[in-house]
Amino acid sequence: MNLTIILGALELGGIFAIMSLGLYMSYKILNLPDLTVDGSFTLGCAVSAVFTAHSFPYMSLIFAFIAGTLAGIVTGILTTKFKIMPLLAGILTMTGLYSINLAVMGDKPNVSLLGCSTIFTPFDSFDPYHKLLLIGFFVLLICLFLYYFLRTQLGLALRACGDNEDMVRASSIDTDKMKILGLAIANGFVALAGAIYTQHQMFSDISNGTGTMVIGLASIIVGLTFIKKDKISYQLFAVVFGAIFYRFILTIALQLGLPSGYLKLLSAVLVVLAIASTNITRRKRKC
Amino acid sequence: MLELQDISVIFNERTVNEKKALSSVNFQLQKGDFVTIIGSNGAGKSTLFQVISGAVLAKTGKIILNGKDLTSLPEYKRSRFIGRLFQDPLKGTAPSMTIEENLSLASQRGKHFSLKLFSHKHKQEMIDALKSLDLGLENRLEAKVGTLSGGQRQALTLLMATYVTPELLLLDEHTAALDPKTAQKVLSLSSKLIEKHQITTLMITHNMEDALKYGNKTFIMKDGHIIAYLEGETRQKMTVDELIHLYSTSTQDYNDKILLR
Repeated sequence: MNLTIILGALELGGIFAIMSLGLYMSYKILNLPDLTVDGSFTLGCAVSAVFTAHSFPYMSLIFAFIAGTLAGIVTGILTTKFKIMPLLAGILTMTGLYSINLAVMGDKPNVSLLGCSTIFTPFDSFDPYHKLLLIGFFVLLICLFLYYFLRTQLGLALRACGDNEDMVRASSIDTDKMKILGLAIANGFVALAGAIYTQHQMFSDISNGTGTMVIGLASIIVGLTFIKKDKISYQLFAVVFGAIFYRFILTIALQLGLPSGYLKLLSAVLVVLAIASTNITRRKRKC
Repeated sequence: MLELQDISVIFNERTVNEKKALSSVNFQLQKGDFVTIIGSNGAGKSTLFQVISGAVLAKTGKIILNGKDLTSLPEYKRSRFIGRLFQDPLKGTAPSMTIEENLSLASQRGKHFSLKLFSHKHKQEMIDALKSLDLGLENRLEAKVGTLSGGQRQALTLLMATYVTPELLLLDEHTAALDPKTAQKVLSLSSKLIEKHQITTLMITHNMEDALKYGNKTFIMKDGHIIAYLEGETRQKMTVDELIHLYSTSTQDYNDKILLR
């Protein structure tokens, strides 16, 4: 493995760490399996591609975040106000988003950004570390935000909401509002990750988001298997670590000659292994 | 003051399973009243609590608490004024959060959940409150609530429900899942807190002794009606056997006479 490959893995790991941090909000904090992410990741890609093509690379991040937030709000309203199961609500939003994503990209299945300037362009002088530095900065920023937010009174209420809904309602907290807020933030970060991914890869594809949920889950579960601490700071670090670790496994597999088409299968198997390993050890301890 | 006017609740309306859970329930309580409610399963006791707390909406009638019309207020808004304890001790606390975090949430009842950072500012207050439980929890503020026993969790829930003094407290068989000794401890703790803060309280119980021992009023429920109101001198002079007799004659429910004690 040479430096380019290691850097590439770290960069992608960082981008997917942002996505995983979003998923951590919905999957871990709110305890909602949110499948919207497959759609909102692509939504971030699409929005980012369009804005970058019109040379607004930085603006694109903001708008991608907002678009993702809206997608999360839709799923939130479906689950809370219309009482649709969270899993199904996510699938519904994701399915609907497919058409919206196509429309955003001007009814084309992919958009190339070759020759466009991206968020990375102004830092070209630090080549080859400029991408990693910028992505690392974003990861740090989001970690700090979540670290602060989850320890506020509002964050506390949000965490309690995923822990015991009855108790939260009895404490005069609107659980519906909490879920919508949580899903909005989660999908906002997922779309942001999609936006950065698009500018990193210099193209956006309608199928970019397929399997995002599994990648995020893999990162969270792998990370939390290595770092078993309950403190928020450790958990956030575990998610970032998991995302990068996971990306390295994929990179190594590719280097060993695994055809890239098998990556999704590898992701799925990895999630199964991670979950199974924790559960099997737990059963052993019980006996 | 709590007032229920002509409250009716119907489940599965216009189906074969239609069930009138409450039919025209009326009563008025003064501030500080402590009512014990007895009645067999399906008498509508829990439905009464659900309709007061907002988990179930009334088909007809009005619920008024201290001049506020609660009838169409959503559940979470009502819980600004109403504290609740359930039979299941696991229901009232968040297991993967610490005692301090749980109490901190309880202390925010009725306030806006702000972006202010969670702080240990009120630690001493919490320690003092936990000391009053006399369960040794005051040294375990950092412990996850999930590691506490059922009795400890129910006692903590009681503390949380009364941490910001509610205008009304609903106790739904809150000691039924605890062992007899812990149950008595939690019960006496409840009545101590209720007396101290003069909280209007409704308590469901299946224990006739407790029904007389605690509170100043007793309701007997059957088939969605309150069929007997006991208060004042009649209640004070009543023995447990008399209550059992009254209960079984008025509800025509003789079968579980022995179990009622």
